[in-house]
Amino acid sequence: MDLTIPDHEQSFREEVRDFLARAMTPEIREAGRLTTSVFAPVKQAMDWQRILHEQGWAAPHWPREYGGTGWSVGQRTVFAEELVRAGAPPLIPMGLQMCGPCLIGYGTEEQKAHYLPRILSGEDIWCQGYSEPGAGSDLASLKTFAESDGDHYVINGTKIWTTYAHHANRMFLLVRTRRDGKPQAGITFLLLDMATPGITVEPIVGLDEVPEQCQVFFDNVRVPKANRVGEENDGWTVAKYLLTFERGGQDYAPGLGVQLEQLKARARRQATATGSLADDPLWRRQVADCETRVLALSFTEQRIKSALSAGKDPGALSSMTKILGTELQQRVTELAVDTLGAQALLWQPGALVPGGGEAPLGPEYALTTMASYLNARACSIYGGSNEVQRGIIAKAVLGL
Amino acid sequence: MNFSLTEEQQMLADSVRRWVRDGHDGEARRRDKTRRPLDAALWRQFAELGWLALPFAEDDGGLGGGPVETLVLMEELGRGLVVAPYVPTVVLGGGLLRRAGPAWRERHLPALIEGRLQLALALDEYERVFAPENTALTATAEQGGYRLDGRKALVLNGDQADALLVLARTGGVPGDEHGLSLFWLTPDQDGVSLAPHRTVDGHTAAKLTLERVHLPAEALVGEPGGALAPLRATLDEALLALGAEAVGALSVLLDDTVEYAKTRRQFGVPIGDFQALQHRMADMFMALEQLRSLLLAATLKVAEGHADARRAVHALKARLGLDGRHLAQEAIQLHGGMGMTDELAVGHYFKRLTAINGLFGGADAHLAAFADA
Ligand SMILES: Cc1cc2nc3c(=O)[nH]c(=O)nc-3n(C[C@H](O)[C@H](O)[C@H](O)COP(=O)(O)OP(=O)(O)OC[C@H]3O[C@@H](n4cnc5c(N)ncnc54)[C@H](O)[C@@H]3O)c2cc1C
Repeated sequence: MDLTIPDHEQSFREEVRDFLARAMTPEIREAGRLTTSVFAPVKQAMDWQRILHEQGWAAPHWPREYGGTGWSVGQRTVFAEELVRAGAPPLIPMGLQMCGPCLIGYGTEEQKAHYLPRILSGEDIWCQGYSEPGAGSDLASLKTFAESDGDHYVINGTKIWTTYAHHANRMFLLVRTRRDGKPQAGITFLLLDMATPGITVEPIVGLDEVPEQCQVFFDNVRVPKANRVGEENDGWTVAKYLLTFERGGQDYAPGLGVQLEQLKARARRQATATGSLADDPLWRRQVADCETRVLALSFTEQRIKSALSAGKDPGALSSMTKILGTELQQRVTELAVDTLGAQALLWQPGALVPGGGEAPLGPEYALTTMASYLNARACSIYGGSNEVQRGIIAKAVLGL
Repeated sequence: MNFSLTEEQQMLADSVRRWVRDGHDGEARRRDKTRRPLDAALWRQFAELGWLALPFAEDDGGLGGGPVETLVLMEELGRGLVVAPYVPTVVLGGGLLRRAGPAWRERHLPALIEGRLQLALALDEYERVFAPENTALTATAEQGGYRLDGRKALVLNGDQADALLVLARTGGVPGDEHGLSLFWLTPDQDGVSLAPHRTVDGHTAAKLTLERVHLPAEALVGEPGGALAPLRATLDEALLALGAEAVGALSVLLDDTVEYAKTRRQFGVPIGDFQALQHRMADMFMALEQLRSLLLAATLKVAEGHADARRAVHALKARLGLDGRHLAQEAIQLHGGMGMTDELAVGHYFKRLTAINGLFGGADAHLAAFADA
């Protein structure tokens, strides 16, 4: 056990910094500053992905043979840290973090050859069709049905909360292919083209007034059976494998650390009668409370990643980092709102659109602060709610 | 001790509740994403129903009500999520006029009570933590009056106010309790510019910029350098009014959440069957009862002029910022994805509470003030 940082990681950090300084266009920087969700503005996020892809860095976590970088755990952490520090918009996760790893694990050679390069390059934008109006936490109760018809399935039903379905050209989804037996045993994992006839997409407006999620309706939508991932009625295995990535694939600590640094800088600019908010003992205590938790989380994440790279299944531990990361994220956005006081109440959604040209009526960060706070309420709900994650820890880890 | 309403107060509560139910289309108001000008019809009804006269002395044409009457009104408005500039115009503007001497009252209260006058109080400054004594904007004495320069942030109702009350320094430096003065000015005066905007809760405000604004000596409201005491007393009333509104809003969040938990089914049962959620809702219920107790404690202490009244107001605002906020967050969480939508009322109540928590000092500031009081 030691914390020595190998020389090559130090020089790697320099290399990443140089690259980011050169490669991020003003438009991409602006989108990064104005991002108030885990889902960045789609156009700039995809532009940024294409730039990273040219460099070969779009999917560091993928195996090298499929376009990954082959970096060590340490290098991947450095890369993640430098991305947030540089203020880059996050890449849209549905393809790179979810569908891609899933295809690598369960796809046929043809599927991998066809889809993986398009995910990497950003040619395809994916959305995730799991949840339904009646099937949220109880995902296995999903009802969207795929009837077999020769070498096609015919899909009827509806999906809800499908993030960016209105921007995506592909969806991976779970459908029911058998009506009897255990609910989990009748589910199949499919890929489809959003241009297929019979699909209707209705955006859902969120608390932040942004239509980020959608409801998607399927009316006799024909999908070739060649688009099935895994066996018929065995989609639950694939889905669970993917959820592990959705929850645990992400590092929360690097981003949180940077956000807390930015918050301290802002507090130094909030004058009190005797100095600034950054000197206020109550405020310092709140920040220290967050920072100590982030320090712990960063090492928890490193430990899990080391275990992963040693070939172990993160399993239920991904539930832990999901809970810790999202609840800290919510706390940091809350503290940011408190730091600005009433100035955080300014609401100017038009000024949050990259390239929209509407000038903010106060500091730009005052605008993003409230939108981020509102949007972050979702992160303890999506990807399996934190209540459900706590249930998983109780059962799978503690054996209760 | 007696916590029941008088017959008149009960009638007021009933009439507000009826108006909110029958006369007010909250749903349509929520759907609206534009910065709407004041709903003139709504404000006229407020006047006709006597609500604008509520806190003013009968001698001034008012109904002679006090903090308890305002509580009754505001709690129902909070329950109905009514968007109206009652706090900026009646509680803050009216509260300062009430304390400014007979000339100011005679000149402006009749118009206010009849619904012909909208007011806004300009307190917050950019990059300064909220506290009246932290004010930096200067009013320099000059021949025949004062010259004002500076900016104010988030002037509630500033976009539709007929007159603005601006807190400025005529002496001292930020941190000093003396040297604070209030000025009356109108938006059409030279050097005054207002940039209107929405606030997160669907209310409206403005950014105020003052550039070499020359005001006559008569524009000074109250004593030169003596604004802090009347301002603090007025802010106490505003915190009580907002506290009542918040308690009304929180009670809806609790009710909606419990109702949702009884009807939303997952895993073959209503989600309210899960003990993990039952405990969370039991905690929400207790938080609300505690906040209601603080609201009553603070309101009655202020109404009766107890020495520790302000301490109770700080306690109310601090606990709202901590427990009220948590309650509202839980309401969203327990609604799952539905809680994050613009469609459901939950999110709108959540945003109003968020705004109330952000106004006039957050939980930390009020905890500190409580400890010092
Ligand atoms: C911003 C956002 C983006 C999303 N993106 C996608 C997407 O791209 N694709 C997709 O398929 N889905 C997506 N979702 C849906 C998300 O996965 C679901 O919202 C989530 O699974 C919860 O389901 P639900 O909303 O139906 O809530 P419900 O399951 O109805 O839950 C309501 C409440 O009950 C609690 N609860 C439920 N069961 C239990 C239990 N057994 N014990 C204790 N508590 C319980 C929940 O934790 C929650 O607090 C997204 C959601 C959000 C908010």
